[in-house]
Amino acid sequence: MEKLVVIGAGMASGRALEHIFEEAPGRFDITLFGAEPRGNYNRLMLSPVLAGEKEYEQIITHDSAWYEANGVHTRFGETVTAIDRQRKIVISRNGETSYDKLIIATGSAPFIIPLPGKDLPGVMAFRDLDDVNAMVAAARRPNAKAVIIGGGLLGLEAAAALRLRGMEVVVLHLTGHVMDRQLDPAAGYLLQRELESRGIKVHCKAQTKAILGQNAVEAVALDDGTVYGADIVIMAAGIRPETRIAVDAGLHVERGIVVNDQMVTSDPDIFALGECVEHEKIVYGLVAPLYDQAKVLAKTLAKNDAAFRPVQTATQLKVTGVSVYSAGDFADAEDREEIVLRDATSGIYKRLVLKDDRVIGAVLYGETGDGPWFFDMIRKGTDTREMRDTLIFGQAYQGGAALDPMAAVAALPDDAEICGCNGVCKGAITGAILSKGLTDLDGVRAHSKASASCGSCTHLVEKLMAITLGDSYNPAAVKPMCPCTEHDHGTVRRLIVAKGLKSIPAVMQELEWKTSCGCAKCRPALNYYLVADWPGEYEDDNQSRFINERVHANIQKDGTYSVVPRMWGGMTNPRELRAIADVADKFAIPAVKVTGGQRIDLLGVKKEDLPGVWADLNAAGMVSGAAYAKGLRTVKTCVGSDWCRFGTQDSTGLGIRIEKFMWGAWTPAKLKLAVSGCPRNCAEATCKDIGVICVDSGYDIHFAGAAGLDIKPTELLGHANSEDEALEIITALTQMYREQGHYLERIYKWARRVGVDTIKAAIIEDLDKRRHYAERFAYSQQFAQVDPWEERVNGKDAHEFAAMAEFGLPVAAE
Amino acid sequence: MTDWIDIGAINAIPQRGARCVNTPNGKIAIFRTADDQVFAMDNRCPHKGGPLSEGIVHGASVTCPLHNWVFDLSTGTAQGADEGQVRTYPVQVMDGRILIAPDVLMEVAAE
Ligand code: SRM
Ligand SMILES: Cc1cc2nc3c(=O)[nH]c(=O)nc-3n(C[C@H](O)[C@H](O)[C@H](O)COP(=O)(O)OP(=O)(O)OC[C@H]3O[C@@H](n4cnc5c(N)ncnc54)[C@H](O)[C@@H]3O)c2cc1C
Ligand code: SF4
Ligand code: FES
Repeated sequence: MEKLVVIGAGMASGRALEHIFEEAPGRFDITLFGAEPRGNYNRLMLSPVLAGEKEYEQIITHDSAWYEANGVHTRFGETVTAIDRQRKIVISRNGETSYDKLIIATGSAPFIIPLPGKDLPGVMAFRDLDDVNAMVAAARRPNAKAVIIGGGLLGLEAAAALRLRGMEVVVLHLTGHVMDRQLDPAAGYLLQRELESRGIKVHCKAQTKAILGQNAVEAVALDDGTVYGADIVIMAAGIRPETRIAVDAGLHVERGIVVNDQMVTSDPDIFALGECVEHEKIVYGLVAPLYDQAKVLAKTLAKNDAAFRPVQTATQLKVTGVSVYSAGDFADAEDREEIVLRDATSGIYKRLVLKDDRVIGAVLYGETGDGPWFFDMIRKGTDTREMRDTLIFGQAYQGGAALDPMAAVAALPDDAEICGCNGVCKGAITGAILSKGLTDLDGVRAHSKASASCGSCTHLVEKLMAITLGDSYNPAAVKPMCPCTEHDHGTVRRLIVAKGLKSIPAVMQELEWKTSCGCAKCRPALNYYLVADWPGEYEDDNQSRFINERVHANIQKDGTYSVVPRMWGGMTNPRELRAIADVADKFAIPAVKVTGGQRIDLLGVKKEDLPGVWADLNAAGMVSGAAYAKGLRTVKTCVGSDWCRFGTQDSTGLGIRIEKFMWGAWTPAKLKLAVSGCPRNCAEATCKDIGVICVDSGYDIHFAGAAGLDIKPTELLGHANSEDEALEIITALTQMYREQGHYLERIYKWARRVGVDTIKAAIIEDLDKRRHYAERFAYSQQFAQVDPWEERVNGKDAHEFAAMAEFGLPVAAE
Repeated sequence: MTDWIDIGAINAIPQRGARCVNTPNGKIAIFRTADDQVFAMDNRCPHKGGPLSEGIVHGASVTCPLHNWVFDLSTGTAQGADEGQVRTYPVQVMDGRILIAPDVLMEVAAE
């Protein structure tokens, strides 16, 4: 009998042995080495074991009776430390074992991030039963805390399991959403929300800095300064093929041990399979392909023809009560189309990616029953043209007549409930439409209350209107924000607040966006709405901002930038002027101009020079003038009572005070103010977004002027008796505009839309309302008044200002 | 064939962002999408030369920062009513590193 030695008693080798006994019974004398002190078991099921849903005994795949019956010599708890290919032996603790044929099935090893403190007791991986036992023991301690580094499949299964065992769990994840390798941001958002509802803290974009502790783990520190207490830290940041003995033996190893289609390594007597191998540059991390490899390897050993070919894989998360499915390639590209179905009420998200009418990728959340059906189509390359309209609804909708959503609504009985929030049935809605002669959605909302709360039944209400009104219903009266959504700006703003939506993926999911990642129109708008509505909570998404707001300078037609420092109220001094002159010299800035906003513009700055320019301006006490921002720009002033013979009040001082209080605020569109010391109005206050005209008795506050694309004088809002009162009125007005304005809607357009009287009623007549608006403004300023230049001088977004790589002219070969 | 050239880690580019590689004859913009696909194309808009790497990335497209033309990242073709073509370059990601086709830098240099 030929001697066959197998290194590694894992999932792949277990399956291979079964096939070998089928293909070549009695042909080999087999010795099975395993580093773990136990035989083959179902590693996948470690998650349910950790969760307490299964016992170890239930996941054993091969027991001692099986090894005995098949004559396998088991050497468990014995690591193979070397292979001597010349002498055809393997070396382990108990000496040498010779082979005719050798199988390497060493799987992979968890990747331990080289962090300070990684060797402290309490830092563990999640790979084998010993790890599970250690975690279970730690979870028994009262108030035990776990920090999991890595929000991938393994990390999340560990998180859910440890939470079930009562631990306080924090998941740290490097990128913007969990399971980013398998899920798109929309599904990642839903998953995160589900985990959070179970009491798991998920911290995305987390850069772990160090694991802290004296004699054992005590905490984990992040780059952003956050520190999480921890009794155990689980490294679930990835795996590396376990190839050490193969490398030492001189086999061809790249990322994994290189094998051909027959699972033969660079040595014809040595075979390999499982996570330790690389086939056609692919290393697998899921079992399905490994089972195919096991089949092929057995045939090769039995001298039968077989070939392993690259396969697609599908992933499912094994957390009880969570359904996530992902398969194939779900990235965007021009030659691809996507079909997205979102059902916000039941938390469902489905996305299919098609190319040439064939499904090539699928991400399913909430309802994954059709996953295998889609996966099958991916593998077979099924032509989907015939079922295109109903494809996303799944297998159950195929074959019969295509389901017409309009007909479905028409067929509903009159007592069918349409609006769950307000308990409005179909009959009540159609009744209101007919009896009140309603023709638009707002009217239906006002009279029937349907779709007036969360809005998630809006599409049903709209269909009812179409059915009831026929051609006279014009849904186009709603002007969608952009082609990614049916909703207009107002609806989106309202629902963000009503539903407590606090991230862009949350908005896109709950409001049923039609694209997975939005566009250049909706993303900046959503980012502003979230910044304005959730101060201190929402983390600004830089990548959703236009370049000017991302790099805090104005892009010019030649790709250079202009830099405008603040000059509070238009005042400056020799020190600032000298610093500006010096910086212009030092960085060879080609143009220096006085702007129409009473300050100085440095034009033609190279992008890579921006941090240097800012550092010098900062050093002279200047901050960004936000000349690029949909936010507070300038507060122009005149010389006022300080110097002017007509000046009634300190217009310069008030302007500076306003600018110092309001700088940094983001607004729907740019916001420009001015304060003039008398009605001669030298600061041009009566064509500004907000303007103050000082008079003997105090301050007249004007607003809603325009002097750009449109020219329009301001309206008088009201009168203030003191600077304090003027400031309260101005900030309250600004806050009302911040909360109600549509993105890119200047204050005069907003006022036209909501009515000057409505604004006067809230800001001038209702003192309580005014105070509340002003308080909300002041609160949000706490988070807004950070000089973006200083942050970047100190290293924030450094990637923006440096090339990724530089290549010189190729040097001629010598 | 020479090996592909390593131009940096994928994590050096923010998701839905871009950075440039400088070559003797101009900049190549390297884009990273929300789902970690990577694309490379000339950092010059065919309209009026806008730096495409500074645009907003959405899906597998970028919107030029100067006048909002939209380009498909995989083909470099202008979308919608606009007509134009940006040259694209082959890139691939291996082990978290971005590799660019070896001949690209030579070609850019030779132009
Ligand atoms: C620099 C400056 C011109 C100057 O040399 O004086 C200027 C320059 C630009 N203006 Fe302006 N505006 C400047 C004062 C004005 C003024 C006068 C004022 O503020 O008193 C107005 C009329 C008042 C108003 O805002 O309505 C003005 C009305 C506009 C408009 C029309 C806005 C509108 O809603 O009607 C735009 C276009 C836009 O925003 O979409 C615009 C847009 C621009 C942009 C940002 C064009 C762009 O998108 O790139 C220019 C940027 C150049 C740069 O890099 O600095 N600029 N712009 C002034 C900067 C003031 C500052 O210190 O911050
Ligand atoms: C908690 C968990 C959940 C998972 N869930 C899923 C899932 O849901 N779906 C899925 O498809 N995949 C899942 N996986 C991945 C799956 O378990 C692996 O793909 C599979 O186990 C790989 O099989 P393998 O035989 O290559 O390696 P392994 O199963 O790891 O076996 C390798 C064995 O070799 C031993 N060994 C290593 N070096 C030596 C040596 N020098 N001498 C002797 N013995 C050695 C190791 O100790 C190990 O026991 C999960 C993995 C884990 C850890
Ligand atoms: S008026 Fe304003 S936007 Fe127009 S060219 Fe002058 S600075 Fe630019
Ligand atoms: S330069 Fe790109 S759109 Fe004009």
